[in-house]
Amino acid sequence: MKAICWMGRNSVQVEQVPEPRILNARDAIVRITSSAICGSDLHLLNGYVPTMEKGDVIGHEFMGEVVETGSAVRNLKVGDRVVVPFPIACGACNACANELYSLCENSNPNAWMAEKLWGFSPAGIYGYSHLLGGFAGGQAQYARVPFADFGPLKIEDGLPDEQVLFLSDIFPTGYMAAEMCSIRPGDIIAVWGCGPVGQLAIASAFLLGAERVIAIDRFPYRLQMAREQAGAETINYEETDNLLELLKELTGGRGPDACIDAVGMEAHGIGLDYAYDRAKQAVRLETDRPVALRQAIMACRNGGTVSVIGVYGGFIDKFPMGAVMNRSLTIKSGQCHVQRYMRPLLERIQRGEIDPSFVITHRLPLEQAPLGYDLFKNKEDECVKVVLKP
Amino acid sequence: MHARKAVTVRRPVEEVYRYWRDFQNLPGFMDHLRSIHATFEKRYHWVAVAPNGDRAEWDVELVEDVPNERIAWQSVEGADVNCSGTVHFRTAPGGRGTEVEVELRYDAPAGGKIGRTVARLFGKDPGQQVEQDLRRFKQVLETGEVIVSDATMTAKGAAQRPAQPAGQTRQLEPALR
Repeated sequence: MKAICWMGRNSVQVEQVPEPRILNARDAIVRITSSAICGSDLHLLNGYVPTMEKGDVIGHEFMGEVVETGSAVRNLKVGDRVVVPFPIACGACNACANELYSLCENSNPNAWMAEKLWGFSPAGIYGYSHLLGGFAGGQAQYARVPFADFGPLKIEDGLPDEQVLFLSDIFPTGYMAAEMCSIRPGDIIAVWGCGPVGQLAIASAFLLGAERVIAIDRFPYRLQMAREQAGAETINYEETDNLLELLKELTGGRGPDACIDAVGMEAHGIGLDYAYDRAKQAVRLETDRPVALRQAIMACRNGGTVSVIGVYGGFIDKFPMGAVMNRSLTIKSGQCHVQRYMRPLLERIQRGEIDPSFVITHRLPLEQAPLGYDLFKNKEDECVKVVLKP
Repeated sequence: MHARKAVTVRRPVEEVYRYWRDFQNLPGFMDHLRSIHATFEKRYHWVAVAPNGDRAEWDVELVEDVPNERIAWQSVEGADVNCSGTVHFRTAPGGRGTEVEVELRYDAPAGGKIGRTVARLFGKDPGQQVEQDLRRFKQVLETGEVIVSDATMTAKGAAQRPAQPAGQTRQLEPALR
């Protein structure tokens, strides 16, 4: 089958690889009908995630049709249409029992690797390095889905792929980012990053009752989408003298009640701290660039919440811990516990409250995925989200 | 060599103890243990295979068996490997299931083929070996199987395949309850 494989830094290619087979009794094999490129896939492309190997199939946002099930799968049958959540979760461990599905204790066969880096291991993830299990990903024609009787969501009412595909990752992720803000009536939420997750975080913040949402980015077309599709007020930080002062002015001098970092480890910025982070990264003294995170912390009102949904991998410098401690800030973070949100968010889509497909700007056949990565990475052709059709 | 590791399994202590006490289950989650069988009362013959294929065999005696609490064993005198171990079972707080703690001690003759085989068996870090065994034990009890990925399905030690489907390789025999 055709699959998109990581072949080295800055190299993803279409390769012929074997089709997946049932390996565990609770597996299913899914014929993929739609797949997407995630912002976090760019961290793989750009070489920021360790333990990638040449030939790894990538991609973790996918859906399709069940074509085979393992002997222990009772609730799915061949022909069922499913959206697959990106964290792999068993449903039986203490983490899963507590709805912390991206912390499943049983789904990372390489848990020992993650423990060395992070202290404990989170769940395995499709197509996201050996550190997170070494599972083949879903930018391919077929995928093997472990614990298929627990995670995948059946779609039974004929909604088109594009409306439900993002239940695999970015809609629950944006929603969890907003939910972690503990939004109360009257709250103003600031969102750093107007990529697809940021867009859905903005939309979710309104679904959860935010009074206003202020979105921050540097690309006019993304800010436009945030205004016109998601309903935010926008700031282009490259056209602003002092972002933090502007945020204070816009919020009656209080600061936003909660700040969402939907940027993560490859942040851009202007000014000295960005230059510092880039320099340190170049000589491998710092693995991640926390420009957006620092700003979110400094901008947040006293006693507010900083919701970190952007992906980080390693270590950061110059973290404003003094601001966090002295101003009673709460930091909430995590890889999205997708399984927790899929059903309630599907219901919102079915009721017409939101159509997440508004973020899609490009639709390409699977073979053109390398082009899709280019457009997405370089923000060309007003690219926001690329959907691949195998 | 000495290793001490713990894992929490979300199953009742009686079920966890019973699964470990049926020693026929051990090869299903202990990576290098090829077989274990009773020879006579409280004595067991243990066959282990190192990643490179070398075998080591020895006899152990069950020295303690307190249901739902403790299992302890000791290699018999004259065995190639002098090893002993204890598994403790206790109910975890807050409804979390069962805490399983393993202590393992072994000495092997420093040189010679047996010494090298034992060194290969337990690896550079015997604690990690025990930890991996406990992880698999937990997976089997909580999910029914040891989960594999495309990268790890034929892995011995750290070397891994690329994370892509394997095609026509030997069929796996995952551990089943």
